[in-house]
This record gives sequence, C-alpha cells and structure tokens, in this order.
Amino acid sequence: MSVIQLAGIERVFHLGDSVVHALSRLDVAIDAGEYVAIMGPSGSGKSTLLNLLGLLDRPDAGSYRLEGRDVTTLSPDEQAAVRSRRIGFVFQSFHLVPRLTAAENVALPMMLAGIPVAERAQRVAQALKDFGLDQRADHRPDQLSGGQRQRVAIARATIMQPAVLLADEPTGNLDRATGDDVIHLLEALNERGMTLIIVTHDPKIGTRARRQLMMEDGELRQDSASTRLRQLDDNPPGPLSGKGGDGESPAAPAPDKPSAGAA
Amino acid sequence: MRNADVLRFARDAAAGYPLRTSLSVLAMAIGVAAVVVLTALGDGARRYVVEQFSSLGSNLVIVLPGRSATGGFSPANAMTTTPRDLTVDDAAALSRLPSVRRVAPLTAGTSEINANGRLRETLVAGTASTYLDIRGFKMAQGSFLPEADWNRGAPVAVIGAKIQEEIFAGKPAVGELIRLGDRRLRIVGVLKSTGQGLGMNTDELVFVPVGIAQGMFNTNTLFRVLIEAKSRDQIEAVKREVAAILKARHGGEEDITVITQDAVLATFDKLLRALTAAVAGIAAISLAVAGILVMNVMLVAVTQRTSEIGLLKALGARGDTIRDAFMAEAAMLSLVGALTGYGLGLFGAFVLRQMYPVFPAYPPNWAVVAALVTALSTGLLFGIMPARRAARMDPVQALMKH
Repeated sequence: MSVIQLAGIERVFHLGDSVVHALSRLDVAIDAGEYVAIMGPSGSGKSTLLNLLGLLDRPDAGSYRLEGRDVTTLSPDEQAAVRSRRIGFVFQSFHLVPRLTAAENVALPMMLAGIPVAERAQRVAQALKDFGLDQRADHRPDQLSGGQRQRVAIARATIMQPAVLLADEPTGNLDRATGDDVIHLLEALNERGMTLIIVTHDPKIGTRARRQLMMEDGELRQDSASTRLRQLDDNPPGPLSGKGGDGESPAAPAPDKPSAGAA
Repeated sequence: MRNADVLRFARDAAAGYPLRTSLSVLAMAIGVAAVVVLTALGDGARRYVVEQFSSLGSNLVIVLPGRSATGGFSPANAMTTTPRDLTVDDAAALSRLPSVRRVAPLTAGTSEINANGRLRETLVAGTASTYLDIRGFKMAQGSFLPEADWNRGAPVAVIGAKIQEEIFAGKPAVGELIRLGDRRLRIVGVLKSTGQGLGMNTDELVFVPVGIAQGMFNTNTLFRVLIEAKSRDQIEAVKREVAAILKARHGGEEDITVITQDAVLATFDKLLRALTAAVAGIAAISLAVAGILVMNVMLVAVTQRTSEIGLLKALGARGDTIRDAFMAEAAMLSLVGALTGYGLGLFGAFVLRQMYPVFPAYPPNWAVVAALVTALSTGLLFGIMPARRAARMDPVQALMKH
C-alpha cells in the first residue's frame, strides 16, 4: 500500500510578472518503508516537493494522499495535527532551539502534541539512549558537535513515531565522516520500517537510496523505480549538473542499478 | 499544547534574551512605579488636608456673613458681599438654640503688638471664652479669655506660643502687660503650640475679647460665628435652625452662609481626589508607552525567532498555539514589570514617608489596582499584533530564515 500518493500535483509561484512552475504534472507513489532520494539541481523543485510532502505548503492543483487520506483539503489546524503525528522533519541546519537542552529539543514535538510530562520524560530518555546521546541530555545545542546536533534533530523527528521521515540535505552542514554516521542512522531507522525520503545534491548519498527521483525544472525526469524514462531523449543528462550547488556533478544516470555509484 | 507547557515555553523564551526582557520589564516597572508614587503623593496631600481639617474641632458649624448660592465651600465664599452685618447679638441669639452646645463669635484684624521692648505685626482674633473648647485648644500657661459679656470684655489677651517666644523669649508671659494697637492689655494665658493649621496659624495669634477687638477695628460685624452642635447627628438641625433664626433677625433676608466642616472637607476631598486621578492619568501615559515598548520587543522577538516559529509549525504546532506562546510571553513581561513597579512604587512611597513624616504618602488601593490592570492589559493588547504575526507566518518562508 502506498503511504504517499501524489497525482497531478502543480505548484506555481508568481514572482512579479513571471510565473514559475515549481512543480508540474507530478505523479508519484511511495510505499511504506521505502527509502527514496529526491535529487536534482538547485531550483529543480525538490525542496518544494519536500515542503509539500511535509504539509508545509499546498499544491495549486492535484491531490496528495497520505496513508490513504486526502490531506490537501484539510484545514491548517488539521494539517498541523498530521505534521505532529505522521511526519518527521530533519533539516540541513538542524533547527534546534538554541535555548533548550538536547532533551528539551527532543521533547518539543511531544510538548506541542500535549503529551503528559511523565510520558515525555520517559520517551525522551529512551530516545536519547537509542541515539547515544544520554550523556548529552542537559547540553544546549551550542555545547554539542554538529553530528550530535543532527542526532538530536533526528531523535526529535522520530519521537512521535511518524509514518514518514523527511530529510532535507541532512548531511549538508557536516563533514564526510559525521555525515556518513547520520546517513547510517537514518538508514537504520528505515530498516526498522520507517519511510525515509532524503533530498540531496550529493550523488554519493542519493545513490545509497533504493529509489531515486530525479527532478528538473519542476518535473520528475527520472524515477529509478519505473523502467520508463520520461522525456530523457529530448533532454540529455548533461544539464542536470549545471546548477548543482555543491559542484559535484552526479554520475551519469544509472537508473536501473540503484547503488552503482556508492562507495 | 498544555497551558503549563505554554507558560514554561514563554518563560524560557523570555529568559533566553535577558537584556531585551529586562529592558521591557524595566519600562513597565517605571510606568507602574510612577503611578504608585504619584498617586501616593496626591492621596497623601488629600489625607494631610483632611487631617488638618479634622483638627479644626468636631461637630463644627461655621456661619459667615453674605450669601453664597451653593452653600458649599468655594473661593467665592471668602469674598461675599455683606448686605447686613453679622453681629455679636446674632451670635448670642444662636447660643440659645437647643441643638447648640457652644457658640463663639470671631472677628479678626491685624495690629501691632508691643511688649518687653519688642514690636511685631500680628493677627488679632476677637472671640469669647467658648472658643477654646470649640477648637479644642490647650493652654500652656494661665487660662483662656474669661467668661464675660461679649459686648464689653475685660482688657485681657491670650497669646499664641510663637508670639510668646518672640516677644518674651521663653520667659513666663502671664501677668505681663502688652500694648496692642492703642490698647493696653494684660496677658492671662499662653496657648499650647498646635503646629501648622490651615489658614490661620494659631501660634501667631493674639486672642482678645470680641468687644475689645470690635472697638479696636471700629466694626460691628463678625468675621465668623463658630458653632458646636451637641452631636454629629444634630449638625443638619443646627444648620437649618441657624439659617431660620438669622433670616428672622435680618428682616427675612437670607444674607448669611452656613457651612459645616463636613461640607468643607467633602469639597477638599473631592478636589484632591480629582487631582490624584489627574496625576494618575498622567502617569498612566507612561504605562501606554511601556505597552508600546512591549509590542516593539515582541515584534523583535518574532523577527528574531522566525526560524523557530517555522520549526514549531513543522513539528505540528498550530497557529493558535504559537499565538498563545507569544501572548504569554508578552503577558509575562507585563506582569513581572507591573509587580516590580509595584514594589518600586511602594518603596518610593516609603522613602517619601521617611523624608516627610507628617505627609501620609500611601498609594490608594484603586490606583494600585488600576495601575496593575492597565499594565497587564496594555501588555496583552500590544502583544496581540506580534503574536498574530507569528501565528500567521508561512512555515516554508520562516524555515528558510536562519
């Protein structure tokens, strides 16, 4: 069963006189427990897609079904409730609240959801232990290393046991070794059944995923899950690397061999 | 989000920016302290005046010549025209009323006192033996004016404490002869010092029998007639009867004014309450300014914490949860500011009382309540706009700011 089902999604931004199609004609289905990387150059619409999947943004057309429920028609408060319980976010810049300790940051989603203090404390303690942070519970973000901060952020994203974990460049602010740790952590969560969607520039990370979605100009250019390559013939792969922020161009697309480029 | 969590979150947020928080708390505190201290001053002035009036004597009814339309106390009463004199015989007639305990005529003028080789200008009050009890004065030496026919009067005088000190330099004055204007009088008593009184300072007065004073100043009319009613309940009856008798004696014309100490007190009381309220109103402006400062601080807080607001939304916070959190923060700034200001204000009033012990500078309860309520409500009112701005923020835009 598909945990995420997008049909005919359109997202249009009006910048002055010009109209930008951030997403157009997007049809994607993602099954529960999948490990998906959304890849593509800057401005390709992958962040817009992630925001949309996280219910932070609404499509201008099309429907989005999360766990079988149409969530595009929900009120903002209902969407907030869905975000609270079914979606976890991991950000590039961690987004920890600087004045709160690691434990308090992890407890934040439960506090917002109104979970009683005693249950919060117990679940936070367990989560910190699981993520190897039990010695850092009372440290504030500025007293933590980058890798520890991202682990706190992941603990926070998963504390409500969401259906989908959305990670936006989770290793973008980390060095390679710590980044690898974080990726392994996310993959471990995926192995335990959590649907994992990572947005990344980095082909090394992208190709670790079992499925890659290649975005360009707001369209899905390539989905490694489908054998059909849409419109690839009139757009050669070269431009994909054109505006890639991190410089490293993705290896020539190897759509049918998912982990070919991984180290 | 639970209410306790909203409060804790807001508290931590305020504590996270100590300088900004303490500045806005200080602004609010100064506003509240200003209200508390200024109303303590105003109300202290009122209490002071009331106390001074009470020292005039109890159950006092005052008759003055001339008609004033209101019958209350106003500056115009002091300058009424006098169609017909208020005479010693009028006063004597009033003393026969059943509800009246004592009557003292009073006439006044200035003259020179000359004794012991010294000379000074002084206020002379012509009155009768009853005056002492009506005003509740005490004698330091000797006795007050003797009981006598009001129209004649013996050549005696009673002097105030300051006159005694200045003329006789502390030596016993009773029995000494003085020259007062063109009269030679013998001092029979010295009044105990009463301190500062309203209008007339009795320490600097020379009392002589009313007949003598009228002769000295060549007048038949009385400046005032002081009447002491038998009890507080009979003040109104005295007022009515005095008016009726004097109307009859003055050929049917109402040409006198009867005022009671209560009426005078009530007027001063009203006046000074209005003054206190006005001062409180001026001080309240600083509360409004403090409210605007709280708004400013909250707007800065919303801008500074934009990415945090985006994060909270991503983590499932609803718009009204975020609004509540920011409102709670604004309310806390106001509350802490108001309480600090209350403490500062009480301390200020305490310092005032230490510096001027006669001045009862206590802030009135209504002013304290009004200041605290105004502080809280302006804080909340001015907190609404920033809080709503935070609640409406687009999460995608908010998360991008870092």
